[in-house]
Amino acid sequence: MLEIKELKAEIEGKKILNGINLVVKPGEVHAIMGPNGAGKSTLSSVLAGRADYEVTGGTVSFNGKDLLDMAPEDRAREGVFLAFQYPVEIPGVSTTNFLKTAINEKRKYLGLEPMEATDFLKFMREKMELMEMDKALTSRSLNEGFSGGEKKRNEVFQMAMLEPQLSIMDETDSGLDIDALRLVSTGVNKLKDGKRSFVVITHYQRLLDYIVPDFVHVLYKGRIVKSGDANLAKELEVKGYDWIKEEVEAGA
Amino acid sequence: MAEEVDIIDQVVGQEYKYGFTTNIEMDTAPMGLTEDTIRFISAKKNEPEWMLEYRLKAYKYWLTLPDPNWQNFHYPPINYQDIIFYAAPKEKIKLDSLDQVDPELLKTFEKLGISLTEQKRLTGVAVDAVFDSVSIATTFKDQLKEKGVIFCSMSEAIHEHPELVKKYLSSVVPHTDNFFAALNSAVFSDGSFVYIPKGVRCPMELSTYFRINAENTGQFERTLIIADEGAYVSYLEGCTAPMRDENQLHAAVVELVALDNAEIKYSTVQNWYPGDKEGKGGIYNFVTKRGICLGDHAKISWTQVETGSAITWKYPSCILKGDYSVGEFFSVAVTNNMQQADTGTKMIHIGKHTKSRIVSKGISAGKSHNTYRGLVKVNKKAEKARNYTQCDSMLIGDRSGAHTFPYIEINNKSAMVEHEASTSKIGEDQIFYCNQRGIGTEEAIGLIVNGFCREVLNQLPMEFAVEAQKLLAVSLEGSVG
Ligand SMILES: Nc1ncnc2c1ncn2[C@@H]1O[C@H](COP(=O)(O)OP(=O)(O)OP(=O)(O)O)[C@@H](O)[C@H]1O
Ligand SMILES: [Mg+2]
Repeated sequence: MLEIKELKAEIEGKKILNGINLVVKPGEVHAIMGPNGAGKSTLSSVLAGRADYEVTGGTVSFNGKDLLDMAPEDRAREGVFLAFQYPVEIPGVSTTNFLKTAINEKRKYLGLEPMEATDFLKFMREKMELMEMDKALTSRSLNEGFSGGEKKRNEVFQMAMLEPQLSIMDETDSGLDIDALRLVSTGVNKLKDGKRSFVVITHYQRLLDYIVPDFVHVLYKGRIVKSGDANLAKELEVKGYDWIKEEVEAGA
Repeated sequence: MAEEVDIIDQVVGQEYKYGFTTNIEMDTAPMGLTEDTIRFISAKKNEPEWMLEYRLKAYKYWLTLPDPNWQNFHYPPINYQDIIFYAAPKEKIKLDSLDQVDPELLKTFEKLGISLTEQKRLTGVAVDAVFDSVSIATTFKDQLKEKGVIFCSMSEAIHEHPELVKKYLSSVVPHTDNFFAALNSAVFSDGSFVYIPKGVRCPMELSTYFRINAENTGQFERTLIIADEGAYVSYLEGCTAPMRDENQLHAAVVELVALDNAEIKYSTVQNWYPGDKEGKGGIYNFVTKRGICLGDHAKISWTQVETGSAITWKYPSCILKGDYSVGEFFSVAVTNNMQQADTGTKMIHIGKHTKSRIVSKGISAGKSHNTYRGLVKVNKKAEKARNYTQCDSMLIGDRSGAHTFPYIEINNKSAMVEHEASTSKIGEDQIFYCNQRGIGTEEAIGLIVNGFCREVLNQLPMEFAVEAQKLLAVSLEGSVG
């Protein structure tokens, strides 16, 4: 599904990613952890195609296609979804209208007719129930005046609506109360169908109790310096990152 | 032949999809402006003597005026001797029904999405179609007549309802008001006339569709709307023009009169040809629009979506004379490429407890300039007047300009005037967020801009809101590279 090889990227001349290697197979859940400033959000932005970052080396293939060669909107239409660490506000545009546009743009790309209004509303109602989304929230301007937790929940709701092949979730659990956390994991687990894959960026083991990862990676100074199974996350929870940093410095 | 020309024009002019021309035999005045031109127009329209006198008076006054020069944009001096002031499709008989309208004209309006033929009419909207200098047809006249509503062309009103025309024409915008109002008063050819009788709520939206077609021609229409006591009307105008290399002048005058408890809602979707990317051609849209709340508790509300024209220069205004009267101005002005807009409103508070509200959204892209200019004036006797102004600008790219000139004159201490303004750049973050959900950049800009204008678009009649939204997106195409 996703194959990242020796990916290097920088911003304003500052090297942030220094050779990332990662393979995500269909149906897998990968957790990425790592200290602040390690480059986790940068990795997700580069995968999504944010123009601010300059890719200086490496390749990324997604379902056999060269992901880095695609415009950001095409990456999305091909099935890459990014739940943003800091979702932006779009005044005057309701979540409903936004999602209808997004879904129909994707359908157009795939050569499908736009969704009938009634079908769309029905589909949306189902997903809203699933995510226990408040009606008031979807009719309000997208993210405008939403609380931190509401924004995150809205990201997962959008993910549920767009049914992506690959979901990259950047600290979606930060700022969520326990109930919302449970809902987020419901959203993810409902989407799982053995084919869809997830890359979950998080600082906390807590989320991984709900969404059990197949692999856990530690990103540090723009490299994946350690990989393991779900137990690695538990170990990190107890021991922090110092021991890994030491390992890296010793190896370097 | 005509078909072929149309098709080529359409292909060439893909970006502005109304850029085609209609080939039809025209009856035109000789080029240029003299007293004879005015006599010619008046004679063509078989006008009564009082009308001709009014025109000549305005013309003589106009001759004394210098070209205006206070605006925040430049345009080359207009040579009024190079303009044709009257152009009408050749038509001998008086039109009694649509069957007598030249099929070429019906086709033209069909192409513009305005169907004048019975079976395809927009339900619930009566249309007056003005082609160059004359009104072609007015739909739903009979149904309106049942309610006592008069909706006809200005030429017809001068003949059929002289008492109303004499009483109200020029009562809100006198011929001495400004350079272009004087010019319009001298040479206006047609336009719409509306009268809603006492206590009548007009049963449908009224709408006029203006089309400039002929070359070297100016369009000078005149619209007068009167809502008698307790009456209500919602009126909408739309406009397009072919793509031509030379600039064409559109200098209209619109007057609204609202008596006690009456309400007039006037909406404009302005899509005149804006000129090409280099700024060649396009319409000069120099228009005087003003309404007066003559009676107590009257209300006048202007909504405008201005996307077209090389230059837009207009300030739809309200004179709040009646006590407790209300004036509103909701505006979206979009400029792209080399377009310029200097628009806004004037709210003149005269009566007690008068209220006004101004919401202006300016969007500038390309190398365009977009100016909001507004005056809120509270007269001495306007006890407890209130105004709220909100004026937001959005910049797309970094070569465009947004300017705001709010003027406030307060002569009564009890007045409360609030002004809020903001300027923002369309956010890369917002665009990327949309991209990440599969929405392409142009589509994203359309979405974000429509969101930015939501408050204003919500004011438009339903039938036109969707059209306006599409228009916003189209007019900003190619604004980010
Ligand atoms: N526009 C920018 N200009 C300069 N440096 C930047 C820019 N954007 C990010 N960086 C730097 O890149 C590094 C990686 O940032 P990134 O956001 O990817 O970290 P992260 O792993 O997601 O951290 P966190 O856990 O705090 O979210 C940081 O040192 C950050 O300061
Ligand atoms: Mg981060």
